[in-house]
Amino acid sequence: MVGEAGERRHLLDVDDLAPEDLERVLETARSFSEVMRRPIKKVPSLRGKTVVNLFYEPSTRTRLSFEVAAKRLSADVLNFTATTSSVEKGESLKDTALTLRAMGVDAVVIRHPVAGAPWLLRRWLDVTVLNAGDGMHAHPTQALLDLFTMRERLGDLEGKTIAYVGDILHSRVARSGFKACLAMGMKVLAVAPPTLLPPVVPEGVEVSYDLDEVIPRCDVLYMLRVQKERLLEGRFPSPQEYSRFYQLNMERLKAARPGVVVMHPGPMNRGMEISSEVADAPHAAVNAQVAAGVAVRMAVLFLLLGTGERGD
Amino acid sequence: MAELLLRGARVIDPFQDLDGVMDVAVARGRIAEVGRGLSGEGREVLEAEGLVLAPGFLDLHVHLRDPGREDEETLESGLRAAVRGGFTAVCCMPNTDPPLDNASLVEDLVLRARGLGLADLFPVGCVTREREGKELAEMGLMFAGAARVRAFSDDGDPVADSGLMRRALQYVRKFGGVIVSHPEDRSLSRGGQVNEGLASFSLGLRGIPALAEEVMVARDLLLAEETGARLHLAHLSTAGSVRLLREAKSRGVRVTAEATPHHLVLSEADIRDYDPVYKVNPPLRTPEDVRELRRALADGTLDAVATDHAPHSPEEKEREFEYAPFGVVGMESAFPVLHTELVEKGELGLPVLIERLTRGPARVLGLKPPEYGEGIRPGARADLVLVDPAAEWVIDASAFASRGRNCPFQGWRVRGKVALTMKNGKVVHKAPEYRRAFSRDGG
Repeated sequence: MVGEAGERRHLLDVDDLAPEDLERVLETARSFSEVMRRPIKKVPSLRGKTVVNLFYEPSTRTRLSFEVAAKRLSADVLNFTATTSSVEKGESLKDTALTLRAMGVDAVVIRHPVAGAPWLLRRWLDVTVLNAGDGMHAHPTQALLDLFTMRERLGDLEGKTIAYVGDILHSRVARSGFKACLAMGMKVLAVAPPTLLPPVVPEGVEVSYDLDEVIPRCDVLYMLRVQKERLLEGRFPSPQEYSRFYQLNMERLKAARPGVVVMHPGPMNRGMEISSEVADAPHAAVNAQVAAGVAVRMAVLFLLLGTGERGD
Repeated sequence: MAELLLRGARVIDPFQDLDGVMDVAVARGRIAEVGRGLSGEGREVLEAEGLVLAPGFLDLHVHLRDPGREDEETLESGLRAAVRGGFTAVCCMPNTDPPLDNASLVEDLVLRARGLGLADLFPVGCVTREREGKELAEMGLMFAGAARVRAFSDDGDPVADSGLMRRALQYVRKFGGVIVSHPEDRSLSRGGQVNEGLASFSLGLRGIPALAEEVMVARDLLLAEETGARLHLAHLSTAGSVRLLREAKSRGVRVTAEATPHHLVLSEADIRDYDPVYKVNPPLRTPEDVRELRRALADGTLDAVATDHAPHSPEEKEREFEYAPFGVVGMESAFPVLHTELVEKGELGLPVLIERLTRGPARVLGLKPPEYGEGIRPGARADLVLVDPAAEWVIDASAFASRGRNCPFQGWRVRGKVALTMKNGKVVHKAPEYRRAFSRDGG
């Protein structure tokens, strides 16, 4: 992420970060999470910088998280969403990019329904690009905030075991998460019915179809959202059958290790991949993930755009 | 027209199994003499030592977008691209707008092509009316008409209905036609963008499994065997397809097949930065698939190289990978790329490559002299290509005659160049750097 002098810095996926960059992001995020406990939750680090949230896909949570993060760093924030912009008039991504370039913004945070859009933006645009989720491909800030959350709960992550459970095939959270967890030296499991698993998984990821067998081995159970669309594609027969085998509920949680951390990228389908009781149980770190999201995004924006002075 | 003498080229003519240094004289559109030490008197002399002279190439599979998408390619720009690539004959696919599903449409194209005098056009007709996959098109009338259409395909789409495909194969036996299969089971490929496997996982794009092709290859081989009709498999891309093809050929099924330069040279690992210039259907496959295709091209299991030349407008290709259309242009890069990657690297002899660009595809169509393939002999029509196997240059799509710029080999340093193309004895393409090299002294 930290390029040579004069080189434009981006965060498109987790592998843009060298191990020492990863550590720096997490450290910086920790210091920003302290800022969030102050009465005045704002530092002037990015005063005079303009960050554009370019959202081609509805995502209240991620957009708000980036907006709060940028504002707490005193950056000016512009929101450009597909429903309110010229996208509806058929403007191409390239023309939108050229428009933003002409306006002289400092960073673009892009969320897009298809894979690779941030890479095209980087080609056309001479400013910092942050990937806030592209199709099924990558979601690096989610992976970073997940690492942050796990660290807060578990300490050192080396040798710890995480199972991603659910629609791994279509999940950008899992794709970036695999990279991040493997980089931290974690043991990674992918648990799903065969129809929701990719044809290949990265080296070091173990595949299982059996959640019950996996649960006792895990320090983290990471539940993924299963969309209705997958049912229509015939990837599983019914929501009932899915939750019978893959829902994390109190019964299943009994088999887990005492300090197990339950995570979910949100929004949750309560009653589908996770039961309501588990979602509200003390094991669940879902709200901690949201809080970590702001701190991590502050850290990323600060490291990509800042002068190195926090200024508070 | 002045008489012409091509002096001292290595003549490679697969139609006669000819390979040797010779002089070739051309007069009144035909080859006048072939031999050593021919006199240059009264003739324009092209000093061609070090160059290779071959029969003009035949491309079995191009999309000329005419009629319907003349912003992307026209008959003229497409045929100019053909002769620049050394092709003196091309088969245009019928997925135009309207589709080429009747005799008058194909005749119109053939007549227009004749008027241009660049390359011969052998249109491929639709298998089904409107290319809708429902009822047979008037294949017999297209064959019986002036265009003499003998190959039929709904290329771009498979004939999904197995019963209809079977009847199409049965029907073309009446006049010895060939059905060109676009082997793709859409229920397995739908929504796919890249090869299913490493590419689809790491790029986060939906995958097109090898199986989507192989299931259809297997079906069509069974149908061809049962009907006894001639089947040609377009743009094969997987090792599994090659295995099925090899096995069917050994059983005597009347099947031929082609592969494209991009599938013979590029793999899924070459897809960079989500550039849709690498988006093709079938998708770029694994390096193992590429190796197997090369083996099959060398041993003749694959009969022909065909480009699947598919020009697209820059607006359509300069966008998100998933939103961009499939296809690359290929005619102007085919020979240099294959020569560089296969011949120069010792995987394929130059005579074999030339065979797969001339006699191989002619056999697929069942084309016979005088329509195509008279070879380099006295009296034959002078449809010739002169290539410089030692020329090093950089591919620049912006200089293509094709309107398409979507070339995955843009910027490649290659060795081997089409120096000159001759159609009916007329020079229809001469690369600029050879203009001076060819003297006119007549000495």
